[in-house]
Amino acid sequence: MPQAATKPVPIPDDLSAPFFDGARDRKLMLQHCSACDSWSFPVRERCPHCFAAKLTWRQASGRGTLYTFTVMHQVMNPGFASAVPYNVAQVDLDEGVRMVSNVVGTGNDALRIGMKLEVVFEDVSDEIRIPKFRPVAG
Amino acid sequence: MSNQPKGAIAGLGVTPMGKIYGRRSVDFAAEAIALALDDAGLQKSDIDGLLINANLSGDMDVRAQMTLGFENLSLVNVMSAYGSTAGSMMQYACMAIREGLAKTVVLVYADAPLSASRGAGQSYAGPHRYPLGGMAGLRAAYGNFGANAEYAMAARRHMHLYGTTPEQFGTIAVGQRKWAQLSPWAQMKQPMTMEDYYNSRFIAEPLRLFDCCLVSNGAVAVIVTSSERARDLRQKPVNVLGYAQCAPGDNLRTDRHPAVETGAKRSGEMAFRMAGITLDDIGTCQLYDCYTYTVLVTLEDYGFCAKGEGGAFVADGKLGPGGALPTNTGGGQLSGYYMWGFTPLSEAVVQARGQGGERQAPRNDFVLVSANGGILNFHSTIILSAQASGG
Repeated sequence: MPQAATKPVPIPDDLSAPFFDGARDRKLMLQHCSACDSWSFPVRERCPHCFAAKLTWRQASGRGTLYTFTVMHQVMNPGFASAVPYNVAQVDLDEGVRMVSNVVGTGNDALRIGMKLEVVFEDVSDEIRIPKFRPVAG
Repeated sequence: MSNQPKGAIAGLGVTPMGKIYGRRSVDFAAEAIALALDDAGLQKSDIDGLLINANLSGDMDVRAQMTLGFENLSLVNVMSAYGSTAGSMMQYACMAIREGLAKTVVLVYADAPLSASRGAGQSYAGPHRYPLGGMAGLRAAYGNFGANAEYAMAARRHMHLYGTTPEQFGTIAVGQRKWAQLSPWAQMKQPMTMEDYYNSRFIAEPLRLFDCCLVSNGAVAVIVTSSERARDLRQKPVNVLGYAQCAPGDNLRTDRHPAVETGAKRSGEMAFRMAGITLDDIGTCQLYDCYTYTVLVTLEDYGFCAKGEGGAFVADGKLGPGGALPTNTGGGQLSGYYMWGFTPLSEAVVQARGQGGERQAPRNDFVLVSANGGILNFHSTIILSAQASGG
């Protein structure tokens, strides 16, 4: 029997290592610029707002709202062949940055733009854990 | 009011499009350029400028000059703002000509991603396209591949804010299929009803298959020269009256909404001001349509209707044959052929010349062309007319 393709597993690089290290500790780590007091995402070398050369890693609240989402049906990567239909979501974090993730813990039919979300962490391999989001209870 | 042309289109070449296998992009490019030269009544040796649109397959680089056999060019480059590039190429060609850097410039787009061994949907996909390092790997881990998911999320946001419906997206798709049936160049000729639209499978909700552009092997070439020189050539010159870019970017901050407020707004304002005309002067639109949603949001941002009213605006079928605003009259990228910004540009040339035959828009004094690249990151606008000015 042919082995089923597995979902892609990110390979942290120097730049993104603090993000993935944080996720392993179940912390959502984002970069913050102390020069202009702003958060940024995704990970990069310097502040996209003021070009300050140093960004500091800080733990984000992990809270946000669902900005928009899609339910994917097309299999663009064999690792997702058995995952369709799955959601891809843009989450507006309370820190003011928008990140792409998946919403878990609820059916795709229950997704509503504007719903409150909180971060959870999911293992995608023995070494790598990634942030996802679930509806805030209540 | 003197709004002198910035330059003129003197030649157009469009190769056969679609599932034409076994040929390289650069070979399609050569065919398109030969067709454009013949169309213009020019010799290859008349060409002194070559601007190449970098394609998604990555096989059109500046060495194409040698494969194409051009010698002694005084202007050559590869350009990319993804799908928006056609507009910026037109700008740079006209500016170079006005500056005296070149006299006759070829703009070309060519791609050949389709092969017999895989489905069209996989043409730009596959594991090789998705690196796993760092943040790119994170994106892949979420299953966020290609443009489909991103445009689907943009469309969903628009639906949430303004009540835009699948029926309204479908109206765009059905209208463009009707146009495609009238175009000898279009890939998709079979009729499409609204029921067919609804029955097409979901790709990325809310987008169905028929909301998404085609994939094409082929090439388009356009020859640009001065408005004065174009008058002596074979075809009626199509003057370039206005052009502008707007690249909204996306810093992923929650106080900005590039998914629903695009670069068409600023780019359009600048281009119309340059051309000295208003929206009412536009007889036909050729709008970048990687997805049905792109057409709808572009119409809003150009100001044909208020923000959020794009759905209601298109609902009466005014974009289709017989409608009040004939749009994407060659079938666009949804039903015609997918050559990035060269899809709307090529059809705009046909319409401005009045060579559309069965699909000719009744009013063609001024033709509006949009191009869009990335995830609504880059936008360009061109206003074309066979008239000498907009004044």
